[in-house]
Amino acid sequence: MAHSVVEVRKLTKRFERVTAVNEISFEIYQGEILGMLGPNGAGKTTTIQMLLGVTTPTSGQIRILGLDLNRRREEILGQVNFSSSYVSLPQSLTVWENLRVFAQLYHVRNYREKIDRLLSVFEIAPLRDTVSRKLSTGQSTRVSLAKALLNDPKILFLDEPTASLDPDIADKTRSMLKTIRAQSGLTILYTSHNMREMEEMSDRIIFLNKGEIISTGTPAEIMKRYQGEDLEEVFLKVARGKT
Amino acid sequence: MKLHRILALVNRHLMLYKRSPQRLMEIVYWPLLDLMVWGFITMYLARYKEGLPAFVTFFLGALILWDILFRAQQGICISFLEEIWSRNLLNLFVSPLRTGEFLAATMTVSIIKVIGAAIMTIGLAYLFYSFNLFMIGLSLVPFVINLVVTGWAIGIFTTAIILRYGQEAEVLAWGLAFLFQPVSAVFYPISVLPPWLQTIANGIPAAHVFEGMRAVIETANFPLTELLWAAGLNVLYLAGAILFFNGMFRIVKAKGLLVRVGE
Repeated sequence: MAHSVVEVRKLTKRFERVTAVNEISFEIYQGEILGMLGPNGAGKTTTIQMLLGVTTPTSGQIRILGLDLNRRREEILGQVNFSSSYVSLPQSLTVWENLRVFAQLYHVRNYREKIDRLLSVFEIAPLRDTVSRKLSTGQSTRVSLAKALLNDPKILFLDEPTASLDPDIADKTRSMLKTIRAQSGLTILYTSHNMREMEEMSDRIIFLNKGEIISTGTPAEIMKRYQGEDLEEVFLKVARGKT
Repeated sequence: MKLHRILALVNRHLMLYKRSPQRLMEIVYWPLLDLMVWGFITMYLARYKEGLPAFVTFFLGALILWDILFRAQQGICISFLEEIWSRNLLNLFVSPLRTGEFLAATMTVSIIKVIGAAIMTIGLAYLFYSFNLFMIGLSLVPFVINLVVTGWAIGIFTTAIILRYGQEAEVLAWGLAFLFQPVSAVFYPISVLPPWLQTIANGIPAAHVFEGMRAVIETANFPLTELLWAAGLNVLYLAGAILFFNGMFRIVKAKGLLVRVGE
C-alpha cells in the first residue's frame, strides 16, 4: 500500500468568530489524486492555503513528506508546487522569462532544457517569447501549470485549475495531468466545482461542508452513500441540506 | 538566505525595465523635472544672494541627496507593489522564498534604481548648472549610504502597512517619505525649526545626514558626530522596520490575508 505524503491532524482555522475549518483530519497517499469537494465557504481554499503555509492554522498539525510544515517550511515548499486559475504570473514578462524566474527561485538545474520540455508538453512552445498579458486564459493556465511542474514536485496543489477554460482546453489539461501523474507518480490535491471533472480525475474524494469533512471515499462510494446518480446530484443534496 | 532566490527576484524586476520603458519614468522623468525646476529657482535666487556662500551647492546637493533617499524607499515599495499588481504574491510565498530573501531582493533592486537615478541627476546637474556633487568630496559617500538605509527603513515600513491593509494603503508608497522631509533638514538647518520640531528632527537619521552635508560644505571638516548619529539611528530604524514587516507578515498569515492582498 502507498504511504501517506500528506498527514493532516485535527486542523482548525478560526477567523474571529467564524470557524472556516473545524478539526479535519485526512491523509493523501503517494501517487494519489485526491479531490476536495464542497460548496463555497466549505473550507477548501483555506485548507489548501494552510497546506501551503500561507495561512497559519489556529490548531492542528500538518506533516508533508514526513516533515512538520511549521518547522520545515522551506524544505517542504521546495518539493511541492501550486497552481490556481485565480493567481497569475507577472504580465509584463514573457512566458520564458516567467518560467526562468521561477526555475531560479526553485533552484532548478538545467532549467533551459526543463522549460523547453514543459513548453512542449503543454503545447505552448510557440508562445515562448510572448508577453504574458497577451495570452488567452487557456494559455495562461497552461503556463501556470508548467510553472507548477518546474521543480519536479512530489505533490501538486491545484485550486480549480480548469476554471474559465473552454471544454476542449480543460479536457486537454486533465489529460496532461493524468499523463504526468502516470509517468512520475505525482501526488495531486485537486479542487474544482466541475463535478464531472472531479469524478474523472479523483481516485478519492474528501467532501467538505461548513469546515468539516462529511464524507470521504472514491467517487463511486460517495455517490452510493448519498444515493446520487452522479457527483453533481450529491453536491446539490449537500449544498441544499437535503442529506 | 539563499542567493539564487534573491537573484531570481532581482532578475524578475530588472526584466520589467527591459520590456516596459515607461517604468524608467521613476528613474528619469521625476528626478529630471525636480532638478530642472529647483535648479533654475536656485540659480535665480543665487543672483540676489551673492553674499550667501555655496547657495547653489546647498540646494542642488540637498535635492540630489533627497532624491537618493526617495528612490531607495520607492525601490522597496514599487517592487512589492509590482507583485500585488501582477497578482504574483501567492506564487512567490508558496515557494521556499523567505521574507528576509524577499526584502533583500527589494533592497538590491532599490540600490540599482538609486544608482541609475543618481548617475542621471548628478550628470544633468553638471550639464545644466556646472554643479559637481563630488566637489563635496569623498566624505559624502558614508552619508549617501545612510540616506539609502533610511530610504530602506521607510520603504520596508510602508510595505508592511500595504501588506497588512491592502492596496488601499498604496498611496503611502508615494507619500510617506515626504512626511519626514520637513524634519529632515533637507533645505534648511535644524536650528530654524521650533524647539519641539528640533527634538523630532534629532531623531531622524536623514536630518543628521543633511546637517553633515552642510557642515562639509561650510567648514570642510568631516562631521563624524553627525555620521555616527545617522548610522546609529539607521541601525535602530532598519531593525525596527524589518521586525515590523515580519510581525505584519505573521498577522497577515494568521488572518488568511496573503491571498487577498491586491483584491
